[in-house]
Amino acid sequence: MRALWAYAIAYLVFLYLPIMLLPLFAFNEGTIIAFPLKGFTTTWFAELGQVEALHAALRNSLFIAVITAAISTLFGLLGARAGQVRFPGRGPVMGLVMLPLVLPEIIVAVALLVVMVQVLGLPLSSWTVIAAHVLICTPFSIAILNGAFQNMDPSLEEAAQDLGETPLSAFVKVTLPLIAPGLLASFLIAFTISLDEFIIAFFLTGNEPTLPVYIWGLLRFPARLPVVMALGTLLVIASILLLTVAEAARRRSARRSGRTDSGGFL
Amino acid sequence: MNSEAKRGLVLISPVAAYAVLLLAAPMGAVLLFSFWTQDFLSLDTTLTLANYREILADPIYRVLMLRSIKVAAAATLVTVITAFPIAYYVSFHVAPERKALWIFLITIPFWISYLIRVFLWKVILGFNGVINASLTGIGLIDEPLTFILYNTNAVVITLAHAFAPFAILPIYVALERIDRSLLEAARDLGESALGTFRRITLPLAMPGVVAAMLIVFIPTVGDYVTPRLVGGPEGLMIANMIQTQFLRLDNAPLGAALAVTAMVLVAALAAALVLATRRRGRS
Repeated sequence: MRALWAYAIAYLVFLYLPIMLLPLFAFNEGTIIAFPLKGFTTTWFAELGQVEALHAALRNSLFIAVITAAISTLFGLLGARAGQVRFPGRGPVMGLVMLPLVLPEIIVAVALLVVMVQVLGLPLSSWTVIAAHVLICTPFSIAILNGAFQNMDPSLEEAAQDLGETPLSAFVKVTLPLIAPGLLASFLIAFTISLDEFIIAFFLTGNEPTLPVYIWGLLRFPARLPVVMALGTLLVIASILLLTVAEAARRRSARRSGRTDSGGFL
Repeated sequence: MNSEAKRGLVLISPVAAYAVLLLAAPMGAVLLFSFWTQDFLSLDTTLTLANYREILADPIYRVLMLRSIKVAAAATLVTVITAFPIAYYVSFHVAPERKALWIFLITIPFWISYLIRVFLWKVILGFNGVINASLTGIGLIDEPLTFILYNTNAVVITLAHAFAPFAILPIYVALERIDRSLLEAARDLGESALGTFRRITLPLAMPGVVAAMLIVFIPTVGDYVTPRLVGGPEGLMIANMIQTQFLRLDNAPLGAALAVTAMVLVAALAAALVLATRRRGRS
């Protein structure tokens, strides 16, 4: 089985190869993103601090990501909770809600563009991006919170109600604390998806670009590429931090319910 | 209706209403739009098949559509075949307490800026890129390799990288579900290791493999970032054309018709794959 182990390691290298290049070029003095490397510099990072358009795009993306994460986590909570019980039309309804998971993103983008611009005549803004991002993030939130609910012993909530709590107060006092790590994981995952999403944002963003749309614009100008590398390095560090927190939260949620843990987010 | 069912309906209704209003209705609108026509800024709302006739008549659409499906199919095969051994390794040869770490490591790159990852593949595969610089550096080649950038090979490699976790996770989940005692029983009854894999492990993993194929194939058909950045003129796909119709040429009805055509083709191929594997599983 040494061969399989070697293959697994080689595959991890393949997965991480592009990311490992980022810091290399971010600190490279040469303006061309190619080998051989020139000297060491931090100019590109310094330049990041001075571009107002970049700051505006970042603020925009953060705004969109926070609202998207909040709404899709709420929807995820409702969807996962409803998914625990049988109700008429459950299959088709859940199918529709989970559909964006397997739908090409360009279809979601095109559909919303047609409705917003051609049918309703609304101007594109950050809110149109949020509307679409909630659609694609909700299935992930439902999946994560499904896991959190499945891990929970349902008799705990019943016990609280038997002891005189109302259904709502039992939910708030017993269930919410137990699934809190799941909520955090859902929020962070939705936040990361939204922050990174480009295909839909490109269609729906209007004249306030999100960070990925702004980066897409920069990719056409070779002189600006080192700055993109510096920005990418910072984004990678931020993403890894967020994901590590989300993973820790998810594991904690699994541990609280005493279940063995062997899976990831998806 | 019992109270439990009522509670379920109340809980799901906001989410369902949102999905109907912002997903089902817009997709219906796209379908309707595809039967309209547009002449510069005026929209003609008489129902017609003109857009679909144009798609059938103009070879450019057929070329792009076929290429999208071929590239997505190639990317799917490469991704799933390279992903299977990883899923197998993690499921069968990694200690249970370290599995979560492996899955976490595999999923991290997936969450990092898609745009920047695709761009970095351009850097890796490029004329002065990582591969060419290292190969010329150690004297293996004199001239930089040119067949790895701005063509469909580059698109397939990049997509195989971008969608790796999508392929690994469903296969991993299917392998995890296999009852290990079945494998022991097969070995005890005299089956070889390879025979056990072929006759027990692989058939039981098939649902995961099919799920992986679908979950890679469907979104890759609709990708336009990878073809634009690493595909070159020969690598453009149908989504690039849809994007152009909507955002550059302002011909939303034709774009809508292209989107509908692509969706129908993808759905038909996905259904064919599911049916084919189901029939094989039964016989």
